Amino acid sequence: MIGVELVKLVRRPRTWASILLLCALPTVVAIFIAVTHIAPAPGQGPALLSAVLSNGTLYPAAALALVLPIFLPIAVSLMAGDAIAGEADSGMLRYLLARPVGRTRLLVAKLISVITYVLGAVVLVAATGYVTGAGLFGTKPLLVTPHGLSASGVATSLSGTPMTPADIAMRTLGAIAFIAVSMLGVAAIALFLSTVTDSSLGAALGALAALITSGVLVALNSAAAVSPYLPTRYWLAWADFFREPILWRNIERGFAIQGIYVLIFLAAGWANFATKDVTS
Amino acid sequence: MIVTKGLTKRFGPVLAVDHVDLDVREGDRYGFLGPNGSGKTTVIRMLLGLVFATSGEIEVLGRPIPARVREVLPKVGALVEGPSAYGHLSGRVNLALIDAAGRAGARRTRRRRVDEALEQVGLAGIDGRAVRKYSLGMRQRLGLAAALLRAPKLLVLDEPTNGLDPQGIREIRDLLGRLNEAGTTVFLSSHQLAEVEQLCTRVGVVDRGRLVLQAELADLRPVTGRVIVRSPDADRAAAELNGQVASRDGDELVVTGADPAQLNARLVTAGLRVAEIRPERRSLEDLVLELTGPGADRVDRDVVRGSLPEEGAP
Repeated sequence: MIGVELVKLVRRPRTWASILLLCALPTVVAIFIAVTHIAPAPGQGPALLSAVLSNGTLYPAAALALVLPIFLPIAVSLMAGDAIAGEADSGMLRYLLARPVGRTRLLVAKLISVITYVLGAVVLVAATGYVTGAGLFGTKPLLVTPHGLSASGVATSLSGTPMTPADIAMRTLGAIAFIAVSMLGVAAIALFLSTVTDSSLGAALGALAALITSGVLVALNSAAAVSPYLPTRYWLAWADFFREPILWRNIERGFAIQGIYVLIFLAAGWANFATKDVTS
Repeated sequence: MIVTKGLTKRFGPVLAVDHVDLDVREGDRYGFLGPNGSGKTTVIRMLLGLVFATSGEIEVLGRPIPARVREVLPKVGALVEGPSAYGHLSGRVNLALIDAAGRAGARRTRRRRVDEALEQVGLAGIDGRAVRKYSLGMRQRLGLAAALLRAPKLLVLDEPTNGLDPQGIREIRDLLGRLNEAGTTVFLSSHQLAEVEQLCTRVGVVDRGRLVLQAELADLRPVTGRVIVRSPDADRAAAELNGQVASRDGDELVVTGADPAQLNARLVTAGLRVAEIRPERRSLEDLVLELTGPGADRVDRDVVRGSLPEEGAP
């Protein structure tokens, strides 16, 4: 069944259209920056963008930062929200279950397909970022400081350590893993909603509504009490991989909170789906 | 093959299926009849473990459902509420995916299984066109092919000839007849009563969730004891048979208390021409309409005045 789901994922036009869009945005941004040489000042604009003019190998991480707030969650919500609800909507759910494909098995196969999509999308965006970044920007040495990155020779007052290419690669891999896990939290919420409704759009919008609510509450001082438990609270903590020393505290918390969300929503989705009357 | 005892399903306040005791025997060609919304599809869904019963027991192929669906369903082919397929893929790819789902057969023989199923339903020459572009009849055939993929012992078919033209309907009827002769039990629901009459050996009729009749078709259509005579000399025939004519419609008379052969001899002796003479039988349609109320898709205006929109309301 897992193989069947992966074939369906790969043969689906939507999969490739969404990945194409995800890869296009960072490419467009890179072209603008490369042509104008106007990057956001350090500390402003999307994280890391200020540093990429000096070193293009940072661009994979910057590319992920560009798609992380909106594009990536939308794509992941759409794919995961479609998992069960899409089958119900197309009328195939009843035929799969009557085949029979066990309900737990089907859910696991869908989950694996969604994980594959998330990893594939994140890795492809990073790869596109690397190609465009290395092609369009220089690879001047960088300093990594407790406050982030700076091009050496620009901010000489900051004490920093120079970054080697291997160092950049390791930190980028860490960021990729962190962002992928963050997106799995989104996927779990959308997958759960997908077992609740027969409308894949409804499931996707429900998951996005949850993320937007979480985003608003994180920014709200009076909601500080609940903020550590919200799914988007530590989304931006991946930038801490690009500090010296790496700030593990928020990264660890981010992994932990996503793990909890994944477990809770997968369990709820399974409990709901396994006992549900399939009337679609 | 299929036995249910006191099968009941409640969706919230709605009692969809109410104490249904089905008994489908091996080798049957069972027609499952009833108006729209009478609970046929819900029963079929419960047989396949898609919907869970509120109470009652189900046994399919001698095993309890839904507890043993994993053993039972591989031997069951199903078409439920119309065929479905992934619209952007071709019919062949769709069948291959369905074949690979669940407890798949060997990958080596998949292509052959798909080809055989397509051959059976008359889609052998199908090309790589996406199912999205198929006609209604082609989709229906593809759905049947999916049900036939693993040479099932039991076919559960909901409206199998929906969307087919008369030739297609006959083809499918012949196909089901052949499969049945080869040992497949066929359980089908249909609105086409004439079709059920031609194909089925046994029928069950549901109305508003209850099974109101379950019997051999042969037992259901006894001669009524009356004879139908069609004659160009209907006026004189009516006079000749005075007192025995129950009703008359144009040149057709319904005659009571007579044997067709003797009646024929009597009319001919009297010099009357007889165009047609046959014993009257109740049709399945009459029977089903007698037993069942209007379908749930008919919504009559409530006769209670208070529920009508107020006069002068915009």
